[in-house]
Amino acid sequence: MKIVLNGKPREVRAENLSDLLMEVGFSGRVATAVNEDFIPSSLRVSHKLADGDRIEVVAPMQGG
Amino acid sequence: MKPFYGTQLPNPLMLGTAQYPSPAILEQAFRDSGAGVATVSLRRESGAGQTFWQMIRDLDVLVLPNTAGCHTVKEAVTTAHMAREVFDTKWIKLELIGHTDSLQPDVFQLVEAARILTEDGFQVFPYTTDDLIAGERLLSAGCEVLMPWGAPIGSGRGLNNEYALRAMRAEFPDVPLVIDAGIGLPSHAARAMELGYDAVLLNTAVARAGDPAAMARAIMLAIEAGQLAHQADPIEARDMAEPSTPVIGKAFLS
Repeated sequence: MKIVLNGKPREVRAENLSDLLMEVGFSGRVATAVNEDFIPSSLRVSHKLADGDRIEVVAPMQGG
Repeated sequence: MKPFYGTQLPNPLMLGTAQYPSPAILEQAFRDSGAGVATVSLRRESGAGQTFWQMIRDLDVLVLPNTAGCHTVKEAVTTAHMAREVFDTKWIKLELIGHTDSLQPDVFQLVEAARILTEDGFQVFPYTTDDLIAGERLLSAGCEVLMPWGAPIGSGRGLNNEYALRAMRAEFPDVPLVIDAGIGLPSHAARAMELGYDAVLLNTAVARAGDPAAMARAIMLAIEAGQLAHQADPIEARDMAEPSTPVIGKAFLS
């Protein structure tokens, strides 16, 4: 299906959020949001993806 | 020092982690100053985040994630939830920007977001203006710390409105108050502490200095000096001279 991952359109095989992270190689400490809603890590497996979903994956970064 | 949500800080310096010439220099700035709190952020995963996080963990400091760059309540609340999961802390430096040029906080949205996050169990450090009513509303919303700006972020102008900051200190004597943003020099940080503020949060003044580690150390020394001066109960300024050498007993020589 087609999704938008961190602002870029992308074709993926994964059907849930957890599998998506594996497929695109995002490991370590990240947090996720789908269509602007926070999805806790405990719900990633049960969160099914749909065509056109906008997914944000964020990681620690420098800040002031 | 007053505790921040029950946590005693090792010292009053909260230091940002952005804009340093290199990770090694960032690390040196923390080690040389002894800053006890590091502010951090979240950005789209690009691979660099995990290395950065390991370095921050090795510094062994308290971590204060921010919601920098958020312009709406929804965006800030979602970012706060993501930060709580990634950094494993209830602390959140709540930034809700209302103006593009000055990066002035939108205090109306700030109060609303602070209420939502407090109800969700967060411990909110609101980046606010020096407005007393905004401060009161934030405390009513559940905040136990206030972080008024000294001057716009990154401007290095120091304490733009000392009168307002003094009034804020007097109005909220028991609330931990942090000057967040606008500090450019050690003297600004010292002044904040002389006014009785509990801590100072800064980033650019250190990270963009020619020698960030030396500047971080200078800021910490200034903070210690200002804090000690405040505790020592300084004299009031006056308009006319008052001789410090006793007049009585002076020899009559003219």
